[in-house]
Amino acid sequence: MNNFRKFFAITLVVLVSSTSHAQDDLLSLLEQEEGDKTHLTEATFKATRIINGHSIEVRSAKVLQFIISHRFGRVNTGGNELWGLDESTIRIGLEYGVTDRFDIGIGRSSFGKNFDGFLKYKLLAQKYGANPFPFTLTAFTSTTVSGLENNNPERDLDFKHRVSYTGQLMIARKFSDKLSLQFTPTYIHRNLVPTEEDTNDLLSLGFGGRLKLTQRFAILGEYFYQVDDIESLNTFNALALGVEIETGGHVFQLSFTNSRAMIETGFINETADDFSAGDIRFGFNISRVFQL
Amino acid sequence: MKFTYTLSAILLCTSLGLAQKFKASDGTASFYSDAPMEDIEAVSESVNSIIDLEKKELAFLIPINSFQFDKKLMQEHFNENYMESEKYPNASFKGSLIGYNSGTRATQNVKAKGEMTIHGVKRNISVDGTLETKGEKLILKSKFQISVADYDVEIPQVVFYNIAETVDVTLELTYEQL
Repeated sequence: MNNFRKFFAITLVVLVSSTSHAQDDLLSLLEQEEGDKTHLTEATFKATRIINGHSIEVRSAKVLQFIISHRFGRVNTGGNELWGLDESTIRIGLEYGVTDRFDIGIGRSSFGKNFDGFLKYKLLAQKYGANPFPFTLTAFTSTTVSGLENNNPERDLDFKHRVSYTGQLMIARKFSDKLSLQFTPTYIHRNLVPTEEDTNDLLSLGFGGRLKLTQRFAILGEYFYQVDDIESLNTFNALALGVEIETGGHVFQLSFTNSRAMIETGFINETADDFSAGDIRFGFNISRVFQL
Repeated sequence: MKFTYTLSAILLCTSLGLAQKFKASDGTASFYSDAPMEDIEAVSESVNSIIDLEKKELAFLIPINSFQFDKKLMQEHFNENYMESEKYPNASFKGSLIGYNSGTRATQNVKAKGEMTIHGVKRNISVDGTLETKGEKLILKSKFQISVADYDVEIPQVVFYNIAETVDVTLELTYEQL
């Protein structure tokens, strides 16, 4: 009797372990292992710009991006001006991914004859999976040098007077495969301001977003709120609305904005047009990447 | 008493026999698409796979975002626009191993028949391959084609690098006993 009990006990143990083997679906075993991994969130934004301002995105290592941007004249100038299309300002830029997280770039704007150079570094990246992280944080700094001629004979205009600086922290989250939002606190320092009442340091807050409607098409929005503004100038907060069309290596961004400039020191603090009054300009950014 | 132990031993052996499982320890899955503008090629070195020789079953699981492209932007498009890898993170297959002869260690032709899941779409397929025993290891090789349309992967008209309708998939995996 005792032997039989022992036999049954062993048999039971063996049977249970063997049936548990049989129930082990091979695929679910693999899924369990794979589920323990963490992945980087891809493509919070598709371009390195939301519209006027930068997005948290950087180009990967050894990728060179050529970007051409235009802002035309005001739409409300009427048919004789072809609703602003007769007039345009341009920025030509090159951006290069030094590493997968670190970008450098240069650009030239016809408006203000500005040269700009920037450094951009992705400090933290949004992740999903076993160890998720909720947002991406990118730091950005640029230096702008104006090449405008000095038309004020009473004042010297040395190199140092032509320089201004931008510092930004961009925080963005891809909330779903459709929606990404970005918050961009911005600090701008000008070495030279128009009058003595004006402060050299200006703080502003940027808000931007992208809503993907199809795999190739998204709508974009961007707004910069000036906490401080240049007192001697009548400026407005920069608002831009646009669409984004993506075709493989190109990204086309078509937009309507009240800004003329395409660099931070310009569009954030020197936008002289009022969007709500209809002083809106059509514009576009076209970027093309090359793998070097 | 003797009878008891013999029976238990037999049962134990069969249950251990069920654990005749081999797990992929090394190898790649790659695909190649011959397109008019630009050939597209990607390799994954993160192939998860188990073969159970006793039950003649096998399974594969490949994270979509483990496929490495030469062009990083192409990789981003692949994940974001075509495969939607955050929504459908893995490609997988589970099925039965057909034609395996345990009597030989030489290279032999086998067939895998079962359910392939890509981009959230399940399809029953049958794929040819070879199995070879080398020392303690199993080597599996297979080449087959996948039709992109079968898995609802949308190919838009306005793409600068056009993508072919079918892609060639190559598997080369080395398995070690679990």
